[in-house]
Amino acid sequence: MIPAQFDYVRAESAEEAISLIGQHGDEAKFIAGGHSLLPLMKLRLAQPSVLVDIGRLSDLSYIREDGDHIAIGAMTRHMDVETSDVLKQHAPLLAHAAGHVGDPQVRHRGTIGGSIAHSDSASDLPATTLAMGATYVAKGPNGTREIAAGDFFEGFLTTALAPDEMLTEIRVPKMNGAGWSFQKFNRRAQDWAIVGVAAWRNGTESGVGLVNMDSVPVLATSVSAAIASGASIEDAAAEAAAQADPTGDLNASVEYRQHLARVLTKRALTIASS
Amino acid sequence: MEVSININGTQQTHDVEPRTLLVQYIREHAGLTGTNIGCDTSSCGACSIHLNGEAVKSCTILAAQADGEEIKTIEGMADADGTLHPMQQAFMENHGLQCGYCTPGMVMAATSLLDENPNPSEEDVRLGLEGNLCRCTGYHNIVKSVLAAASV
Ligand SMILES: Cc1cc2nc3c(=O)[nH]c(=O)nc-3n(C[C@H](O)[C@H](O)[C@H](O)COP(=O)(O)OP(=O)(O)OC[C@H]3O[C@@H](n4cnc5c(N)ncnc54)[C@H](O)[C@@H]3O)c2cc1C
Ligand code: FES
Ligand code: FES
Repeated sequence: MIPAQFDYVRAESAEEAISLIGQHGDEAKFIAGGHSLLPLMKLRLAQPSVLVDIGRLSDLSYIREDGDHIAIGAMTRHMDVETSDVLKQHAPLLAHAAGHVGDPQVRHRGTIGGSIAHSDSASDLPATTLAMGATYVAKGPNGTREIAAGDFFEGFLTTALAPDEMLTEIRVPKMNGAGWSFQKFNRRAQDWAIVGVAAWRNGTESGVGLVNMDSVPVLATSVSAAIASGASIEDAAAEAAAQADPTGDLNASVEYRQHLARVLTKRALTIASS
Repeated sequence: MEVSININGTQQTHDVEPRTLLVQYIREHAGLTGTNIGCDTSSCGACSIHLNGEAVKSCTILAAQADGEEIKTIEGMADADGTLHPMQQAFMENHGLQCGYCTPGMVMAATSLLDENPNPSEEDVRLGLEGNLCRCTGYHNIVKSVLAAASV
């Protein structure tokens, strides 16, 4: 399967990439790792006429401590997130979740920025960073702005990014020793989650993100509210599907997805609380 | 566009369309047909090669994305005198292949795995090869081969 024709330009800097996208308008797209975009282009579900390659902007590949959070460059690949000592120490939930993306070959290519910009609700990292209260940094022709994860995911594969804005950094708060768990339920190796749950807990505070439970990644605030008010894990987990509107498919009916969300949330909170 | 890639130590330059996939570049332009295409949808791993030393699926990378980089294919694994790479030798000795279709991808993924984790457990090997499918389902001997290569 060969994609439709396009022109290819390799950007040497973020500024150049943004101006190239601006010049070419709606028909142009960034390509980072290409592991979401190229499969769509091969199926002709996406047919951009210009690809602006940002995958080798190595100054956007980094993981560093910055006060109370960890800053991760958008071009950092899943394998580097998974194996980062800084993340293992301060944000182990994210390092662990990145290790569940696809398979090693996919993790050698796919980037955290691409995963979040693509914003597939079945992807592991949008829901995980949402649960962690991440902030995303976007750069456009008029400068840089910060977008809270809670305001970023607007609809199916649709985000708050303007077409000529580039995601440059993901900031996740340090977890400060909070308990955590990532539960990914699938039936085949290397597959996407049928339902997934990313959760952390520190006493009465918690965050629960749901994978593949709606057209967008879901923050299960009613679970966290129950935990905050002293509910048992069992009672809190019973709220897991309350704010989600999942669809049924070959893998799971709506009811089964709701069931999985409750069971996986209970498992995740049990581990995160121990 | 001109795409120049160092393949198995030799610099090659070919004039290709931007939409040329790396696996096509390798097979059709460089003429190295050891790298197979199985699923063409990034699921099976038959097209695995090393890009700058790490296993990747060449059906899901544009040749243009590898312009100026180094890749290694199965043809680059044995020594010039024909001595097999220890991983290839281990596959031979442990009956790690049946029809052989998945084998080039398995060998490339397995060597990348050992580079990152030289002493893997059996579980590490199974997880590390989760992106590679064997239609002959010879997984037990594939895992045995990789563990044997790790102990060489
Ligand atoms: C076989 C296979 C299995 C997979 N399994 C999983 C899985 O289990 N879980 C999971 O979460 N993911 C999975 N993925 C997807 C993988 O995580 C992708 O790497 C990731 O979703 C996209 O990252 P990328 O760098 O490849 O983005 P690309 O494909 O390059 O880009 C994706 C989209 O985001 C845009 N974009 C990319 N970077 C930026 C940026 N910095 N700023 C603005 N826009 C940008 C592009 O224009 C494009 O529209 C799988 C992929 C494959 C091929
Ligand atoms: S042909 Fe590339 S993964 Fe199957
Ligand atoms: S040996 Fe036949 S596909 Fe693996």
